[in-house]
Amino acid sequence: MPRDVTIIVDGRPIAAPEGTTLASALLGAGITQFRRSVTGESRAPVCGMGVCFECRVTVDGRAHQRSCLIPCTDGLHVETMPNDVRPWVPAVHTDGGVRTCDVAVIGGGPAGIAAATAAAEAGARVIVIDQGVRPGGQIWRHRDPASLPKLARAWIARCERARADGGSAPEWLARSTVFDASAGDDIVLRLTGEGPAAAGTVRARRVVIATGARELFLPFPGWTLPGVMGLGGAQALLKGGMTARGWRAVVAGSGPLLLPVAAALAHAGARVTYVVEQAPLSQAVSFGAGLWSRPAKALQAVRYGASLLGARIRFGTWVASAEGDADRVACARLTNGRRAWTVPCDVLCCSYGFVPNVELARLIGCDIQRGRVTVDATQQTSVPGVWCAGEPTGVAGESAALVEGQIAGLAAAGADARAHSARLQRARDAWRRFGDSLTDTFRPRDAVRALAADDTLVCRCEDVRRDALDPSWTVRQAKLYTRVAMGPCQGMVCGAACANLFGWSAGTVRPPVGGTEVARLG
Amino acid sequence: MTHAARLGARRSARPDVVVIGAGIVGAACALALVRESLDVLIVDASFTGGGSTAAAMGHLVVMDDSPAQLALTAYSRGLWERMADELPADCEYETRGTLWVAERDEDLEAARAKHAGYAAHGVAASIVDAAELARLEPALRPGLAGALVVPGDSVLYPPNAARWCVERAVALGARLREQCEAVSIDRGAVRVRGADGVEETVSAGAIVNAAGIDAPRLVPELPIVPRKGHLVITDRYPALCHAQLVELGYLRSAHGLGGESVAFNVQPRATGQLLIGSSRELVGRDGSVNRALLGEMVQRAMWFVPALAQCDAIRVWTGFRPATPDGLPLIGRWEAETGVWVAAGHEGLGITTAPGTAALIAADIMGRGAPIDPAPYRPTRAMPRADAAQAEEPSCRAT
Repeated sequence: MPRDVTIIVDGRPIAAPEGTTLASALLGAGITQFRRSVTGESRAPVCGMGVCFECRVTVDGRAHQRSCLIPCTDGLHVETMPNDVRPWVPAVHTDGGVRTCDVAVIGGGPAGIAAATAAAEAGARVIVIDQGVRPGGQIWRHRDPASLPKLARAWIARCERARADGGSAPEWLARSTVFDASAGDDIVLRLTGEGPAAAGTVRARRVVIATGARELFLPFPGWTLPGVMGLGGAQALLKGGMTARGWRAVVAGSGPLLLPVAAALAHAGARVTYVVEQAPLSQAVSFGAGLWSRPAKALQAVRYGASLLGARIRFGTWVASAEGDADRVACARLTNGRRAWTVPCDVLCCSYGFVPNVELARLIGCDIQRGRVTVDATQQTSVPGVWCAGEPTGVAGESAALVEGQIAGLAAAGADARAHSARLQRARDAWRRFGDSLTDTFRPRDAVRALAADDTLVCRCEDVRRDALDPSWTVRQAKLYTRVAMGPCQGMVCGAACANLFGWSAGTVRPPVGGTEVARLG
Repeated sequence: MTHAARLGARRSARPDVVVIGAGIVGAACALALVRESLDVLIVDASFTGGGSTAAAMGHLVVMDDSPAQLALTAYSRGLWERMADELPADCEYETRGTLWVAERDEDLEAARAKHAGYAAHGVAASIVDAAELARLEPALRPGLAGALVVPGDSVLYPPNAARWCVERAVALGARLREQCEAVSIDRGAVRVRGADGVEETVSAGAIVNAAGIDAPRLVPELPIVPRKGHLVITDRYPALCHAQLVELGYLRSAHGLGGESVAFNVQPRATGQLLIGSSRELVGRDGSVNRALLGEMVQRAMWFVPALAQCDAIRVWTGFRPATPDGLPLIGRWEAETGVWVAAGHEGLGITTAPGTAALIAADIMGRGAPIDPAPYRPTRAMPRADAAQAEEPSCRAT
């Protein structure tokens, strides 16, 4: 059992187990008003993984800190809904220095772990750059390794000691993200974040991009209320130590994440009243039938189902709107297209699958088609020296990521023949097909894509209403005239919403990707 | 529609004036001309406010690199002031003043000279000492010599200001064609190509070339080159700075057409965000981020405002100023060709001087006396040679 630490929130002490993320601790303590939006709404965490910027609070006097990325430590001072926002003046400037390596792996989820392991075992000097406090990415996010599935523990342990004779194990740079990358003879990655190496630079001969995915959010009336969050967001916050005792939860959206999230909420003390999947039963069943060829996944689904006794599970049903007050969501309006009914809730989880994180690949200049990084048989992108594995090449889940990571890692380390091995190639192709059928099965229906009303905010950073956006505009016009997608998240949330509502595609990407302190640009 | 009817429609659509370019300058010209009861057609190759205007800071500032610059900026700032009440909220017009920051005592001498020039022109300004400067802007580094305070300078959001001008003009009867590129000007007519690729010739009594950095594509003799700049925008820190902060050395950086230069120029926006500038370089139309120059620019800004270091930068962009060798815009009749006027080449002052430019163009087209002496801006004036302009001033680098 980890010991409790005490943090001070708006002058009030709150106890939380050490290692709990700040966002999880605040939500668990019943705090739902984290920040004030630009039009004065109160907001709370949505994505739980550093993407949405809704969980920003002032930490030890430092404004705009994403509380989902910060572990609780004794004496941490937190201000929510701050009125006076000033930059923080540090005692010393840190300089992370320059590191060089053969292969830099960006992202420490399954794809990154597999790539780093394969490359190091093939003799490459490897550096992994990861946003998380501990290895694992979003799917294997954890505080206590004992809580991880065996497969995850095995991969993380293997990666930690992966090396060839005379070589060294991968160097792991935690709590760091890449905000700038330029490809020349070497690929230069500039880092930001809180880790000891975070203010530094990594020079790599080759790079594997394994930046994972974020959730797809589709705006509906009430989606900005505190307590409305993503499915993956809820999962990340629960893994970060959030308790949900006594909460009534509605779990909605689409995809295989519904059941595990509902089960995890139930495990954390919530009463899950509804689990609603927008895909019709027939579609989900035919996908489920396909799972029998993957018994482990099918068994998992049955287990989740068993832990949700008492929850109503509905297919072909979705959240049409939510209502509540400044403090939190109070109820969700569900509909199956024929009738609608209202369900009281304290937390509403709702998202519609995943969007590949291709921003870094785009910055480096990799070819991207329909939102996916184009790769060849060894996962190499259109830019020489740059490979890509996992969700950025198309959402297909953990198993696909592990295989692609191995292929990319081997190829990046120069072990081309092994990267071409029939076993890996076959497995990769099979998991890709699985990913494609997953995407087809759970693609949001038109009704779900068009839920935003005139006064629904599309952009949560700049509070841009749907009716402020003229569908005849180009995305550039929309950005310039309304600042949609121009806030701190830079369209990571509303970009996909705009694509669904208006058909607008992503614009150009410039450094700093994901933002950084001004000093890092100097 | 029959062929004849279509022709008829086109003929009756023959405008009095075609304004090429719906940036802030073209937009302001169109609005001024439609107010003269002229039939105005605005064409833009992309969309309203999408060129240099989109990348601009929106600082409405009196500048005195030359007497003509002072005259045009002061006159134009007054016109913006008169429009202020009409501007919708999304133009974010705010009068916060400019602080021209003097690093050393000798800079304060320059500030005093500047003060005298402003006073002679009726522009309110005052000199503050080190202590007063620290009180006004506590985020500035200690030890600076003082500043020239120009309280009447303002800020606005340029893309929406251009849009407002165009929408006003359209409401008064002008026509707007976006995604419509002017490909040539010939004998009182403009050849345009629509989004569908179809070309047509539009003849007009007057043609105003307000195409910014693209103006020389239509009139190759125009001495306009794209001068690239970078801007950084931060998250919201509403209490950090109050006025637009510019180093006195800014004029050195902006002067002439030298190579790379940076200067400290930070603007607090109405949103609470900070815009950090400025850089200048001549690299053609390569809009990519110059990391080294951006680094120098940011270092310079952090030297003046140390707390900027810890502000979160959320975006960096680049843009192109339409620069001329003598630093003055090209405004007036293009005498080499009948019926053509030029309103381009405003470099970094297009937002400020758009209304003054529009007033000069409207007066000239209507054959009225100009509101200020138009001679210094005539597009046919003698220019310093580009290489001479480069040699004139050493570039101002970050220290």
